[in-house]
Amino acid sequence: MNNNAKSSGRTAIYIATWICLLALTALTVTVAGMNLGKYGALTSVLIASVKASLILLFFMHLKYETLLLKAMLLGTIATIAVIIGLTFFDVGIRY
Amino acid sequence: MKEGHNSHKHDFEGSKLGMWMFLFTELLLFAGLFLLYSAFRSKYSQEFHSASAELDRMIGTVNTLVLLTSSLTMALSINAIKSGRKQASLLFQCLTVSFGLVFLVNKYFEWGAKINHGIYPNAPELLQRGKGDTMYYGLYYLLTGIHGLHVFGGIILITIMMILTLKNSINREDYVRLENSGLYWHLVDVVWVYLFPVFYLIR
Repeated sequence: MNNNAKSSGRTAIYIATWICLLALTALTVTVAGMNLGKYGALTSVLIASVKASLILLFFMHLKYETLLLKAMLLGTIATIAVIIGLTFFDVGIRY
Repeated sequence: MKEGHNSHKHDFEGSKLGMWMFLFTELLLFAGLFLLYSAFRSKYSQEFHSASAELDRMIGTVNTLVLLTSSLTMALSINAIKSGRKQASLLFQCLTVSFGLVFLVNKYFEWGAKINHGIYPNAPELLQRGKGDTMYYGLYYLLTGIHGLHVFGGIILITIMMILTLKNSINREDYVRLENSGLYWHLVDVVWVYLFPVFYLIR
């Protein structure tokens, strides 16, 4: 019984996550249609990051994982941010 | 049997950690390609702008919805096996594979239409248009192609999981292989979440 309640609780979380993801997709397509110029790119990437976070936290259970795993993921994201950031110091000046 | 179960428990944590480490290398792979894209975008912003307007936003949006829904069914299949509902889990795994196939079929039509218009790597028509367009479509085929291969790999992986579930090798006590396959599938979804705006929306 307890197991069943847990299971349907998780189902509700998954469906709520999915609905949020669909809503954010509708939002990002609408915003892209408004031609915000430079801010358009920024908004798109921001919305994509919210969607990616939802998938990571709930579908991939990151919310319920150990601190070690969370720290490892943050380390990976930080590495990527440093690589992208340093490249743009160069690219931004040259082009 | 009891001892075996206990030692399995330790393995679950280890294999999940191992899977995540593999996923980190996947993230770095795609991050490198996204970096290549953004560096060339800042060099050829005009060409990238006009080339991305030629992509079909509709098909990109449909594929986004398909992949997001496949992530839901994947999560539900793990949830089902955790509470011992084998048939439901199999159904959700089957749905996930089907959505993956729909995604690839859409991709086939999308690529087919572009190739019919003479837009493919090293095509004379594309080369005539200049370096910016060549770079844009080169990156488009490279990134969506590698992503498509990942979707294809995921489909094979989940099909194997379906067989293992059918054989009761994956069950309510031992489902870490299904969980890890799910992690892989969700990561492929995360990559698409970025590919979609980068190629179809940002102009």
